[in-house]
Amino acid sequence: MPNTREIRRRIKSVKSTAQITKAMQMVAAAKMRGAQQTALAGRPYAIILNRTMVQISRHTDGALHPLLEERPIKKSLVVLVSTDRGLCGPLNTNLLREAAQLDAQSTDFVVIGRKGRTGLKRLGRQIIADFELKDPASFRDAKPIIKFCTDCFLNGSHDAVSILYPRFRNTLSQEPINQQLLPIASIIPPSDEKGLSALETVISQEEMTGPEFIFEPSVHDVLSSLLPHYINYCFFQMILSARASEHSARMVAMKNATDNAKELIKRLTLEYNKVRQASITNEILEISSAQLAMS
Amino acid sequence: MAKLKIEILTPEKTAFTGEADLVVLPGVDGEIGILPQHIPLVTKIIPGELMISNNSKQEFLAVGDGFAEITGYSVSVLTDMAIEESEIDTNAVEKALQRAEQAMSEKLPPDEKAALEAAISKSLAQLNLKRRRI
Repeated sequence: MPNTREIRRRIKSVKSTAQITKAMQMVAAAKMRGAQQTALAGRPYAIILNRTMVQISRHTDGALHPLLEERPIKKSLVVLVSTDRGLCGPLNTNLLREAAQLDAQSTDFVVIGRKGRTGLKRLGRQIIADFELKDPASFRDAKPIIKFCTDCFLNGSHDAVSILYPRFRNTLSQEPINQQLLPIASIIPPSDEKGLSALETVISQEEMTGPEFIFEPSVHDVLSSLLPHYINYCFFQMILSARASEHSARMVAMKNATDNAKELIKRLTLEYNKVRQASITNEILEISSAQLAMS
Repeated sequence: MAKLKIEILTPEKTAFTGEADLVVLPGVDGEIGILPQHIPLVTKIIPGELMISNNSKQEFLAVGDGFAEITGYSVSVLTDMAIEESEIDTNAVEKALQRAEQAMSEKLPPDEKAALEAAISKSLAQLNLKRRRI
């Protein structure tokens, strides 16, 4: 029979754990709201950018630009967007499982986040660059990463660049997804954000029949500066999505932890009361039997 | 006369929306003035100042690299920086400019140099706007 003091100590430690996880849950919830809002705030920009891309696609043969060139894939580059800190449920595990399925020989990795770096090292994969990204992520910080990837693609050392990141579906579900970034598959960008895609198709149909645009200084000039910009922006959106995923995964994980701790406290309290009751009963038994013996 | 609807967007937020009689953009080959009923146009813009005139009241913004999409009734500006005149912090910008110029004097790989040049031109755009108006 465990003694009461032991159980009391365990209850206390579980309680303080629950307090910590509760606090982390609150923090993650606040950050998640922030991350979702940032993702939403970029939406008008995405719509106009898409519209401009559609306009340009009407006027030019996109295949002329080096960023659109498709080559046989001998070596590909994967950017793994992971988190710096743990305690966010199965998020990083799922990402790494996805990464492990990629062919080790023909794939090089660029990692963002500490968890991805250690995970890939454990898997024995080739990491050619490692970036750190603050939270919340800013557009400016994301630029060097994409610059590096674009350079790798343009100088021919890698024939495809894709981003492996946890896509935010909703608070409860994030799925790891490997999205191709380069070469740009189609000049009309697909959209993975809910609600946005429907809106875009309406716009692009209307714009397709709309008036002709003129371009300054020229279509090709605009295209060649718009494409890198577009890639930057797509990448930034993916980072935002990954960040929203991270925070919501952490929030859910911490909520589960808090719930489990509460359950544990309940069970331990029950146990504690049982033990206490048993010892009281024992004592009474002893006293009454002693009294019986005396009389 | 019909008005232009103007919106200035950065990846992070919507920096400005409103109506205008005239919008002047910093184009690659010089300033471009946009009046309502302008022919549909897509243009690159460079760091500089953007003027919005509405009911003969003028507003100025410092903008960075980007694009503008113009239809007969709307102007949409996509840029990586858009700061209203009142929000420009001259001291902070001057310091940033000094730092960038100092960094420029050292030996640098070309892409870092390009990034610094971009930063400098953006800082200058802000400063010029502020100084000219004082």
